[in-house]
Amino acid sequence: MQLHTLTIHEAHEQLKKKALSSQELTQSFLKRIEEVEARVKAYITLTPEQALEDAKEADRMIARGEMTALTGIPLAIKDVICTKGIATTCASKILGKFVPFYDATIYRRLKTAGAVTLGKANMDEFAMGSSTENSSFGPTRNPWDLSTIPGGSSGGSAAAVAADECIASLGTDTGGSIRQPASCCGIVGLKPTYGRVSRFGLIAFGSSLDQIGPLTKDVRDAALMMNVIAGYDPKDTTSVNTGVPDYTAFLKDDLAGVTIGVPREYFVAGIEAEVDTAVREAIEALKDLGANAVEISLPHTDYALSVYYLIAPAEASSNLARYDGVKYGFRSSDKGDLLNMYKRSRSEGFGPEVKRRIMLGTYALSAGYYDAYYKKASQVRTLIKKDFEKAFQTCDVIVTPTAPTPAFRIGEKIADPLQMYNSDVFTIPVNLAGIPASSIPCGFSSAGLPIGLQIIGGHFSEGKIMQVAHAYEQQTGWHKKRPLL
Amino acid sequence: MEYEAVIGLEVHAQLLTKSKIFCGCPTEFGADPNVNTCPVCLGMPGVLPVLNGKVVEFAVKTGLALHCEIAGHSVFARKNYFYPDLPKGYQISQYELPLATGGYLDVEVDGQERRIGITRIHLEEDAGKLMHEIEGTVTGYSYVDFNRTGVPLLEIVSEPDIRSGEEARIYLQTLRTILRYLDVCDGNMEEGSLRCDANVSVRPRGENRYGTRTEVKNMNSFRFVREALDYEINRQINVLESGESVAQETRLWDTGQGMTISMRGKEEAHDYRYFPDPDLVPLKLETAWIEIVKRSLPELPQEKKERFVRDYSIPRYDSDVLTSSKALADYFEACVGEFPQPKIVSNWIMGEVLRMLKRDSGEIEECPITPHQLAELFQLLEKGTISGKIAKQVFEEMYTTGSSAGEIVRSQGLEQVSDETELEKVIARIVAENPETVAKYRSGKTKVLGFLVGQVMKETKGKANPEIVNRILQGKLTS
Repeated sequence: MQLHTLTIHEAHEQLKKKALSSQELTQSFLKRIEEVEARVKAYITLTPEQALEDAKEADRMIARGEMTALTGIPLAIKDVICTKGIATTCASKILGKFVPFYDATIYRRLKTAGAVTLGKANMDEFAMGSSTENSSFGPTRNPWDLSTIPGGSSGGSAAAVAADECIASLGTDTGGSIRQPASCCGIVGLKPTYGRVSRFGLIAFGSSLDQIGPLTKDVRDAALMMNVIAGYDPKDTTSVNTGVPDYTAFLKDDLAGVTIGVPREYFVAGIEAEVDTAVREAIEALKDLGANAVEISLPHTDYALSVYYLIAPAEASSNLARYDGVKYGFRSSDKGDLLNMYKRSRSEGFGPEVKRRIMLGTYALSAGYYDAYYKKASQVRTLIKKDFEKAFQTCDVIVTPTAPTPAFRIGEKIADPLQMYNSDVFTIPVNLAGIPASSIPCGFSSAGLPIGLQIIGGHFSEGKIMQVAHAYEQQTGWHKKRPLL
Repeated sequence: MEYEAVIGLEVHAQLLTKSKIFCGCPTEFGADPNVNTCPVCLGMPGVLPVLNGKVVEFAVKTGLALHCEIAGHSVFARKNYFYPDLPKGYQISQYELPLATGGYLDVEVDGQERRIGITRIHLEEDAGKLMHEIEGTVTGYSYVDFNRTGVPLLEIVSEPDIRSGEEARIYLQTLRTILRYLDVCDGNMEEGSLRCDANVSVRPRGENRYGTRTEVKNMNSFRFVREALDYEINRQINVLESGESVAQETRLWDTGQGMTISMRGKEEAHDYRYFPDPDLVPLKLETAWIEIVKRSLPELPQEKKERFVRDYSIPRYDSDVLTSSKALADYFEACVGEFPQPKIVSNWIMGEVLRMLKRDSGEIEECPITPHQLAELFQLLEKGTISGKIAKQVFEEMYTTGSSAGEIVRSQGLEQVSDETELEKVIARIVAENPETVAKYRSGKTKVLGFLVGQVMKETKGKANPEIVNRILQGKLTS
């Protein structure tokens, strides 16, 4: 048995039976990382010593009978989540050698549950991008084809799972950054409802859109991760104080009585034929499982991309103002006076995509433009939200492609931001509406690249999404396919 | 031409909560640099603000005391600008939807009541403090102290209803008294817990349109507010009189030179790019809760002043002085509670008590004599145990030693001598020792009686009951 191919629930059974120790399991991942990491480049920082320490502690927890579903499970953490004592870079030069002296609430929860940290996963700088090419540490490669991108911005988190460099990982999703990489890497990704998971310690990009979520090898693992990370946090007043169900209770094998909505605005020109076919076949498979499919309309879909590229950069322009060279992180050696220090430090510290978005956002918030851009975008955002609310009166979940294309080649779109932004055209509306959605594998292109199916639910309906995803996954088995590395 | 000044004030009041507005750090003043900080108020990556409920309560109290409408739904906004004392690169404030709007404050200027409108009251966080020298030495580095970062501030914006520097001073002082009554701000302008900026313009009297305004900053005492604004009004009038126009700019009051100096023009004004803070959900306040806060409001200075005149029959002037702080008013009422002669109590507090406190630059809270002790002194005076003259002496002793009046009178034998036999003996001796004076009196120069009384008082170390001395002495001289 190759230990690094186990899912969380499979490894948990072994650990529970004491057929396996967390230290053995962790060692096998460290060995796997040694074998494939040079080709995949999923990690920014590896923490083998920390991992073995964590594993030892996990084994003690198991021995004491204090085991949780994540005890002893080796994970990768996207490098946008603050980890006390471990460098947290956001893949940006501007954070320099920043080491947080506090934990993100979610990281603390994982530690308390006994999870093992293998390292910090690569990403697009400040989570801005769809390919992980915008990392100041260099791009991550897609384990299915090393010449293609793993998606982004949680590309490192997705590639690490697909390449068996961890059992599961945490990503973050502002406009598709969990789902699109999950789609590109043929794994399961879930963006929870806005407010379901604490953002404290998540380095902000677009505060009204950001959510942390799991990237896993199957839906059951996503449920197990959600059981730990979901819930109210008094340190995040945008987190919602409602009960957290046991998400594994939703995992059933049939879909009798479930209505799935198929939005006509998501099956349009620009979607690659193989993707279209795979998603339509998936809808048929869902019907075979007992689901009822109805066509629905989300009429404001066309505006989503424009709205997103005003709101997210506007928030980012403010969120990223704290990186000024004064207190921590990078300061230009060409300091001069205060204004020069700001200008040089920020010009040299941020990459081109981040600078582009800071400029976009600054412009959208400027006096004289605020009403036409930020305010108007906020109003249209409300219309997009209402589209979904209306749709969920007639269906339980909505299914769409996760991305219009499978993974593209590294370098293919990096020079054309608008084309790059289009990668998230199907995932962005979900963030604007604050609702949950998952991406699960639903087939492969002729080039052998994974295709993702997006399942969208109403507020706090993660359970419903997982029910549909799990039934589909058990029926089709796409998730069992692994890349050869 | 005759001109009229138009002034609106923006007052920043530091709230007296124990912890900061968006984190649990203490707000205490005077700690070592950067001791009262945490990842949240340092603006570290990934942290989030959590609103302090006490801050909201304080703000609502103030809003209600200033007759404002309290918003059931208000929104925090980010004010974006770069400065090293602002760790996040933005200040959390309120912009489009503030906590309170549309109130007023009545002030008394030259015996006339004037109503100054309150445009809005909103909450925000304070910034840190830059230090360009350490213990008086310039090192070439600037240092930042983030202890003050995140201390809660209330911004109270008035309508442009103020017409002179003196009126602005009175408005500010009246506002300060209310804030102190509410116990939400200590009102210390020198330490910066109460700050004031002004928008000033002038226009020909009778004109309805506003003139171009300047913003005046750095007025850190009540006197400077009056002086700076009067200076600025005159400056603007002179500019207009010389045929030029007032430039829209920010000006600083320079205490040393006694003038306002241009700091930055309109072109250099910031674009703060306000937008709703996505990290904080809108602040929702229920009417029922606002009602509870309303019922918890203490009696405010205006009401108290009127009640004192009505219930204690003291003059308006006395009432003004006694209600200038809640603690002083409480002190007065505690004394009257034990010694129900309000005018005597008022005279003593306004005279002796305030004189001693002023000498020591102390506040009534620091007065070493408790109301109970002061009442005891009044009782001794009332019963005739001590004379008025001795009472003042005893008062000073009480103030210095903290002992009670009874103890001092007993231990120093200061009881008034009303024993007629004893006084007769002393008076007989004085009469015998001063035959010439006695003769003068008997020849009709009755004014000399005072001298003889004085001699008796001297002999008895001031303890003789002056009424009895007078009576016995007159009897002896006319017999």
